Amino acid sequence: MEAITQLQYAFDAPLGLGLLWLAWRTLACQDLFEAVVSFAAFGLLMSLAWVRLDAPDVALAEVAVGVGLTGALLLAALAKLRSSKMNEDAAGQLGKEGSEVGRPQWLPLVVLLSVAAGLGHAVWSLPLYSAGLSPEVALHLETSGVSNPVTAVLLNFRAYDTLLEMVVLLLALLGVWTLGGTARRPEAAPGPVLDTLVRLLVPVLILVAAYLLWVGAHAPGGAFQAGALLGAMGVLMLLAGWRLRTSLMALPLRLTVVAGPGAFVAMAVITLFIEGRLLEYPPQHAGTLILILETVAALSIGATLAALFLGSRPQDLENR
Amino acid sequence: MTLSEYFSAALLFAGAFFFLAGTLGLLRFPDVYTRLHAVTKADNVGLGLMVAGLTVQAETWTAAGKLLLIWLLVLLTGSTVAHLISRGALRRGIQLWKL
Amino acid sequence: MQTLYFALALFLLLNLGAGMWRVLRGPTASDRMLAVQLLGTTAVAVLLLLSQAKGHAAMRDVALVVALLAAVTAVAFVRRAWPDQEAEIDSE
Repeated sequence: MEAITQLQYAFDAPLGLGLLWLAWRTLACQDLFEAVVSFAAFGLLMSLAWVRLDAPDVALAEVAVGVGLTGALLLAALAKLRSSKMNEDAAGQLGKEGSEVGRPQWLPLVVLLSVAAGLGHAVWSLPLYSAGLSPEVALHLETSGVSNPVTAVLLNFRAYDTLLEMVVLLLALLGVWTLGGTARRPEAAPGPVLDTLVRLLVPVLILVAAYLLWVGAHAPGGAFQAGALLGAMGVLMLLAGWRLRTSLMALPLRLTVVAGPGAFVAMAVITLFIEGRLLEYPPQHAGTLILILETVAALSIGATLAALFLGSRPQDLENR
Repeated sequence: MTLSEYFSAALLFAGAFFFLAGTLGLLRFPDVYTRLHAVTKADNVGLGLMVAGLTVQAETWTAAGKLLLIWLLVLLTGSTVAHLISRGALRRGIQLWKL
Repeated sequence: MQTLYFALALFLLLNLGAGMWRVLRGPTASDRMLAVQLLGTTAVAVLLLLSQAKGHAAMRDVALVVALLAAVTAVAFVRRAWPDQEAEIDSE
């Protein structure tokens, strides 16, 4: 093996081992904060793994969601858990964080091992090098309206899946809103340093999100990555204590959140009537339609993710 | 290797040295504040030298501009986070290390 | 030249692994958090090296997003999740 391939294997081996070790640490350590930090580190290493697998689109999504959003979400949840825990501790109970290690559970272990064995056998019996669906996609790429095969698959060939994913995101937000929110403690004012950071980062985040949305047509990027960046921007603003006026939080927020799935459904209905098939775009307009769908989807995803972080329904915030 | 490749290799090695220094400092320094100091050196100088080395090899001016933007952003966020963490640590009573 | 990029990327990855020890050990929560900060910067450097090695300009975009978002987790920590009594709550 020449030196370059050896080096590549030498790079991949610690990466894989590090991923496994971090995954174990996330699940096995007693301190929840350390678990959350290990999870954020796991997300970073995972994005490196995606890059090594030549999947920059997935790496972008992994970084935006795993490092930025999920890390902040888990830390905020940990803070709420701690504050409720301290109220319990004040009542006299002293509990160790995390559960104690009990007797090994044999039935779940057997199920887990058999599923792992089945997956291993399936992966092992795959051919080592197979073209997969890339020739098919490359064949039809000109009619799809974009030149990035990932965007073509997500927004054109398999747009139905993306529609369902948008609905899943909306359902997640509805689930969070159904649980009701805790009354928000008034946020401490950010110092000048944090305030300046947010003021400088937010425009850059908007620009980079718009860039990713635009470039998704011919290079890695796209609606979901741009939306996740917008969501992270929303989280950053919320953390620094910025709030929208409550009048903007009621109807406009709901409209923005519904606009994504709504646009997809509207497009599906329109194409059903015009072409007779669901979500089949006329080839000469495909590029424009994809861009419109992507823009609405990105805004909607950003609003949904930021609202997920905020947690409480708008009317809970009003009745303070 | 051409002259520019030697030049960027030298810059990359220098940057990697500062990253090593940052990690060593993180592992060996006695308290939060000194560790923060080490980490921010890796942030500024380490990444800066590496970006300089890569900019020499960049294929277009846009790529070089993007590299520079990445370094500036890391500078900005790194220094702000360092300030926030150290101020919070001071407020929570973490003692500075004394000889 | 490509060999050099990969070798440096491997070196930085090992640095990253060594920094993880601080996440494991760091007595206070702030120690763990600043280890994650170093992790983010090292990941940016590795991504830039890999992008130059393979010639994919898209990986620079990944590095850009990492550089932007590494701050969000740290800000969430500082503003929300930092326990006020470091000594009692943070125990292994």
